[in-house]
Amino acid sequence: MKKRIIEFLGFFCLRVCVYLVLAVILFFLYDIGSKGGGAISWEFLSQAPRKGMTEGGIFPAIMGTFLVTVVTAIFAVPMGMFAAIYLNEYAKQTSLTRLIRLAIRNLSGVPSIVYGLFGVILFVNILKFGTSILSAGLTLGLLTLPWTITASEEALKTIPNSFREGALALGATKWQAIRTNVLPYALPGMLTGVVLGLARAAGETAPIMFTGAAFYLPMLPKSLGDQFMALPYHLYVMATQHHAISQVRPLAYGTALVLILLILLMNMAVFILRFRLRRVKKE
Amino acid sequence: MKKRNFLKLKESAIRTFFFTNGVLAIFILIGIFFFLLYTSIPAFKEIDIIEFLTGKNWDPTSPVKEEYGILSMIVSTFMVTLGALVIAVPLGIGVASYLSDVAHWKVRETIKPIIEILAGIPSVVIGFLGIVLFGPAIAKIFGVSHGLNAVNGSILLAIMSLPTIISISEDSLNAVPRAYSEASLALGASRWQNLIRVKIPAALSGIIAAVMLGMGRAIGETMTVLMATGNAPAFPKGFLSSIRTMTANIAIELGEVPYYTTHYYALFAIGLVLFIITFLVNLISDIILHKFQEREL
Repeated sequence: MKKRIIEFLGFFCLRVCVYLVLAVILFFLYDIGSKGGGAISWEFLSQAPRKGMTEGGIFPAIMGTFLVTVVTAIFAVPMGMFAAIYLNEYAKQTSLTRLIRLAIRNLSGVPSIVYGLFGVILFVNILKFGTSILSAGLTLGLLTLPWTITASEEALKTIPNSFREGALALGATKWQAIRTNVLPYALPGMLTGVVLGLARAAGETAPIMFTGAAFYLPMLPKSLGDQFMALPYHLYVMATQHHAISQVRPLAYGTALVLILLILLMNMAVFILRFRLRRVKKE
Repeated sequence: MKKRNFLKLKESAIRTFFFTNGVLAIFILIGIFFFLLYTSIPAFKEIDIIEFLTGKNWDPTSPVKEEYGILSMIVSTFMVTLGALVIAVPLGIGVASYLSDVAHWKVRETIKPIIEILAGIPSVVIGFLGIVLFGPAIAKIFGVSHGLNAVNGSILLAIMSLPTIISISEDSLNAVPRAYSEASLALGASRWQNLIRVKIPAALSGIIAAVMLGMGRAIGETMTVLMATGNAPAFPKGFLSSIRTMTANIAIELGEVPYYTTHYYALFAIGLVLFIITFLVNLISDIILHKFQEREL
């Protein structure tokens, strides 16, 4: 009997842990949703900030985040996929392979502000890209690279070996086998992981603070060499750096909601994409 | 015959191309270390390295005597990290145990995506919530003038490291061979006894690795601590005092510092210290995790 009571109490404690964590998450979402929802309007989404950011919208920040994510994707997605193809299809169990994997795992643990410092040295100063969309996008690209590689490799792992062996047995070269029998089936999974990584990159602040994000810039960037406004940095500014913090609080909430919605939207897009590609494959 | 040679050449070219992309990861990691080191060196021409690591005062813009001691930042970083672990480890292991051993699979499949949403919330949003939600609450509960202090930072970092701790702990609990549980249950253990005395000890190395990874994230986290801990550069007196971590200090000062001054180089030196600390933490967790996986195989 005593055993039953202890078991009941123990499981009860575990339940409390779960409820607590869920409550915190749902409360976060509720708070941002309810207070940010009021700030969002067509004007908020389509106009530039006005009057020292106390009025107007966040359009330049939305576009800035979009553009920098595109640069990140162009840089990190192909490189991540190629590296994953090497690791899963070509690499043998040598110490060099183990070293590559160790480096990838360690890269994913490097603090984001350290990537920011590296971006300042390499992209802004040595390569002379200045503080720009290009520098920030490349810095974020380095940050996402380990996630992209890991996710792409997971997708490649799910393709059974018989697919490769079938092609090889018919006389295909290794690359032909990969191109015709592995990549078409692994691509949906690879894209899924890649977009999830990009969604995380879009929310990063520390790496872009010193490589290109601008405090206040009420116009759209004209080239890759321009500075830009970004949603996460804009939220940081509105929450801590603004001279009238309580006055702009609703705008800060609105920015936070847009940022979260953007990231959730990217996640949703992934699920829809995966679903549709799967259906096409079956037909 | 000619075509065959061409094919061979093409194949090896493709292989080399993919290999280059793979090897790049090593070069990036070494590159980060090398560039940080290279940019830090000028700082140590002016500053004694022992003084840098053990000095309590950080006052690089003082007109009288510039001081570059980062000990209070190191202590601050470890303080919030410790606070975060105290909260996140029991909670995370509790949730992981519930998911792996108690929950019905339908419940599990609803809870896991919700926790994944948490992993997707950007750190700047968490920091913002620290200012607007936890700050006032902490000020009220502890009767202090404002709630931007180490407690606030610890709570936020705990929330941020929960997804990592939960998912890896749950994986390692699930990886415990079924025979272990079957044996203990057959001998009359309750499911609680089975969890506490058999499964958690068997999964311990995985759980420790999960905690270390969460710790690595907490040490390197910038935006939340920058926004929610008050950023007072003094030596921390306790959990209710405002603190400034290494990451926050870089974020605050790098935007204002004149380029190529000792102060500028010193900020990169802090980055180097940060890189080395997180590298070691991640390496140790990696070694633990791998020992654990090898044993399972």
